[in-house]
Amino acid sequence: MTVFVLRRLIQAAIVVLLMSMIVFFGVNVVGDPVDMLVSPEADQAEIARVIRDFGLDRPIYEQYWYFLKGAASGDLGNSFIFGQPALKLILHHMPATLELAFAALFMAIILGIPLGLYAGLYPDRASSKAIMAGSIFGFSLPTFWVGLMLIMIFAVWLGWLPATGRGDTATFLGIEASFFTRDGLSHLILPALNLALLKISLVIRLTRAGAREAIQQDYIKFARAKGLSTGRIVFVHLMKNIMIPVVTVLGLEFGSLIAFSVVTETIFAWPGMGKLLIEAILQLDRPIVVAYLMIIVILFVVINLVVDILYSLLDPRVRLGEQGA
Amino acid sequence: MTLTVSNLHTHFFTRAGVVKAVDGVDFQIAPGEILGLVGESGSGKSITGFSIMGLIDDPGRIVSGSIRLKGEELVGASEDAMRTVRGNRIAMIFQDPMMTLNPVLRVDTQMVEAIRAHEKISKRDALARCRDALGMVGIPAPEERLRAYPHQLSGGMRQRVAIAIAFLNEPDLIIADEPTTALDVTIQSQIIHEAQSLCKRTGTALVWITHDLAVVAGIADRIAVMYAGRIVETGDIDAVIDTALHPYTVGLLGSVPTSNRRGERLTQIPGMPPNVMNLPKGCAFGERCPRRSSECDAEPLITEPRPAQAVRCFHPHGQGGKL
Repeated sequence: MTVFVLRRLIQAAIVVLLMSMIVFFGVNVVGDPVDMLVSPEADQAEIARVIRDFGLDRPIYEQYWYFLKGAASGDLGNSFIFGQPALKLILHHMPATLELAFAALFMAIILGIPLGLYAGLYPDRASSKAIMAGSIFGFSLPTFWVGLMLIMIFAVWLGWLPATGRGDTATFLGIEASFFTRDGLSHLILPALNLALLKISLVIRLTRAGAREAIQQDYIKFARAKGLSTGRIVFVHLMKNIMIPVVTVLGLEFGSLIAFSVVTETIFAWPGMGKLLIEAILQLDRPIVVAYLMIIVILFVVINLVVDILYSLLDPRVRLGEQGA
Repeated sequence: MTLTVSNLHTHFFTRAGVVKAVDGVDFQIAPGEILGLVGESGSGKSITGFSIMGLIDDPGRIVSGSIRLKGEELVGASEDAMRTVRGNRIAMIFQDPMMTLNPVLRVDTQMVEAIRAHEKISKRDALARCRDALGMVGIPAPEERLRAYPHQLSGGMRQRVAIAIAFLNEPDLIIADEPTTALDVTIQSQIIHEAQSLCKRTGTALVWITHDLAVVAGIADRIAVMYAGRIVETGDIDAVIDTALHPYTVGLLGSVPTSNRRGERLTQIPGMPPNVMNLPKGCAFGERCPRRSSECDAEPLITEPRPAQAVRCFHPHGQGGKL
């Protein structure tokens, strides 16, 4: 197990390094941030001063080397606009996004698995067919449109839930989150649902497919022949087998929940990393964009590792330690 | 009698039509007796087994007939009542030991739950019984095997575990659905020997479903040959093997290579088993039968031309026609 983790860590480091190169050079060929930073009336001398201040007069490989040196000590550069460390700005916005992503993941699990299981166990019922048809909508309707519809129905017409922003937060066990206040929860529901919709559909389809396949297996018939109760067959024999692919996919999808919460955060004015990124892109605030992308890369790498380890816990056939990694 | 099956009909109502998988099966089995249920794929032998277990799924169902376990009627019993019978009074062993154990649950989990589904017993006592059961079927170091996952055991070992599970609750009857087909020949004979001696010792009746006549000859007391959803011949194993009456049984025996007919050509049964969705009129074997006559357009009834041997045929062997 240790060897396995160590090897994965080295691989991860290489991936992060390569990604930093792609991201840094990629972002630096787009647009000219100086135009955005100086006032239109600035003279040539003023412009030259700004360029020098941000180190943009240097050759790009030198800028990259400078960035790497900073990154090694946890400094991903200062925001052009705010003049603050980019990392600090992003970390400041991170809890809001994480909260949103966890809420969405939670919804995907508590809605997706039971619905998928039901549709898989009773595939011929009309309600199962309705669930599957619904999941197609969940897949195919664009997030931004669904978000707008949710706002229109629940915030404008029915007036049940607030449309934008993050509500009151409270601190519990050192975590500041809106889970702990009524107002916070009411603000959280719509954006979380919007973000979760695609994942709910995905989990429904995965669970259904898994259940349909597993139910045909001899081990389920054998479990029935042993006279086990339906509950034990479904929740122990069936579920443990279905959960293997579901956990894998959900784990990987958690990264994308965070990364692609950009759209949802924009629509619901949720003060998270995604909103910060969109503003940074619009203002060509390169350090923020680079830092954001680097954090996402690291996130994905870590999640992959965690999923691999989780997977081995669920499926005894891939116990990593026994095969010497 | 441990089990009395009479006039059992199990049909499958598919979109393409009604499949009469089991179409009028009768047999009995006494305590400790081993009945070999023989037939080709699709003859309805496995469906007969699943019907007894009450494990026929949609679109199939038992249309008519009776299955009595020690006098108690099982056809039409509630699902709850059947659950208390399954694994407790009738147990089942499946064909492929690679597939019958749940890959993500440990052996002890899968054994203990089989006991605890039917009686209130502490986990420790249940575990002790599982260990004894594993020892009984010839598994070395049962303590260790209990903590193993199925993929850590060989095929033969897994089938032994399945057999141990079947015997756990000391059932009246065990239905074994081709339990040795997927195993090596050497393992086969060990398993057969173990199943046989366990049945004799515990008084458990055993229905051994197989297509392999050699296996049946080695284990069964009596044999029932199925064709197209019906039993066409039944009798004591030695009688049927020595002087088969039904042309189908004769054909089956002729297609088994044996050492005392070395060098001879193996006989084949011409043609294919009929489509059970669309059976020919009269005798289902008629189209493939060398002894067919115009009489065979009517349905043959079961007769007993010799003591303890019954056949469903108008022109059975043994009367003029020698084997």
